[in-house]
Amino acid sequence: MIVSLTAEKLTCVRGDRPIFADLSFQVAAGEALVVEGANGAGKTSLLRLIAGFLTPASGGLVLNTDQGAITDGEERGRHIGWLGHHDAVKPQMDVGEQLEFFARLYGANGDVKPALERVGIARQRELPCRYLSAGQKKRLGLARLLMSGRGLWLLDEPFAALDTAGRALAADLMRAHCATGGMVIAATHDPLGLEARSLKLEAA
Amino acid sequence: MSGPFVSLVMRDLRLASRSGGSAALALAFFALVATLVPLGVGANLNLLARIAGGVLWVGAVLAALLSLDRLYQGDFDDGSLDLIALSPLSLEQVALAKLLAHWFSTGLPLTLLSPLLALLFGLPGPGTWALFVSLLIGTPAVSAVGAIGASLTLSLKRGGLILPLIILPLLAPAVIFGAGAVTAALDHLSNGALGLLSAFAAAAVLLSPFAAAACVRLNLAG
Repeated sequence: MIVSLTAEKLTCVRGDRPIFADLSFQVAAGEALVVEGANGAGKTSLLRLIAGFLTPASGGLVLNTDQGAITDGEERGRHIGWLGHHDAVKPQMDVGEQLEFFARLYGANGDVKPALERVGIARQRELPCRYLSAGQKKRLGLARLLMSGRGLWLLDEPFAALDTAGRALAADLMRAHCATGGMVIAATHDPLGLEARSLKLEAA
Repeated sequence: MSGPFVSLVMRDLRLASRSGGSAALALAFFALVATLVPLGVGANLNLLARIAGGVLWVGAVLAALLSLDRLYQGDFDDGSLDLIALSPLSLEQVALAKLLAHWFSTGLPLTLLSPLLALLFGLPGPGTWALFVSLLIGTPAVSAVGAIGASLTLSLKRGGLILPLIILPLLAPAVIFGAGAVTAALDHLSNGALGLLSAFAAAAVLLSPFAAAACVRLNLAG
């Protein structure tokens, strides 16, 4: 179980270009954090930094869990559920097949049907993913989050391509995740639809 | 970790065997090259048998190359690689899984097809056997060296073009020892080439996952 995530004086540099500097924040389990900022302010960079794909130029990130503090990026990745702005969907695979692969990759045993039903694409289970709309692919991404069993959700534009019902669904899932001791960090321009702290990124 | 590892291998195999996959493509390419060479060289069976080892080895390497550029690039482009990187598998394990899947979907079928294509070259029995064994030992090295190149170029839009330039020179030992084993069998010489090929393949397969994982890390941070 995750207890909290602490960022201290994070500085992110891509190439020679400083993205943001001296960013400090703390999120506790059960909380949602909205990352706001203009295009290019570094929202995605911050998420990739937390996921451990990028290393900060300076500063530190500590993920406190009930088994101790984690500072290593790749170890932190084992607690992260990721919803990026790419759909990560293979057109040749069925919806069910795609989700089953992902569940097994993440060591989650169990039926994928409840997750598919929860996000409203259970009827498309046998459908090759090439026939899915952008919104349905996003819903499949949400189902993946549910199957991952990870504590810290990092969401990059979670509402993009979703219809009104889909947005409400995404907000519901986040609320339920926080209620069960999870943590959500979302980069979005839209209102999150649940109680959340906000973090404003300003260009360095 | 066997569950996640096996599921990744199985997924890559499934993708390779589906429409738009690369397994059938590589086999067809190999068969076409092997058919065209005897047509071009003419019906001189002695000459064909002498060049069979070299031609079929080069053909197999080029055929394997066809499917290599998508090994990581497909997953990188659609964001799957991010999700795979966050899975319980280390990137080294991911690289090994992808290497295995590539060999099962490309190297192994090419090897199994080679005795049939050797007929077109009039390759005698011992030569065919040497070709089969050398491909069986050597194609894992092709996948392993290729995987390093594929991971290095995964974020390049036209990585497929630069990939052969990177890995073909590195595969020279495999072609030399592999084709050498066939020639040695034709001349009834003792076959030291197979030993050298085995050593090369073992080193390549052992080192490749570490090199490929380092390249993937680099590209994910880019």
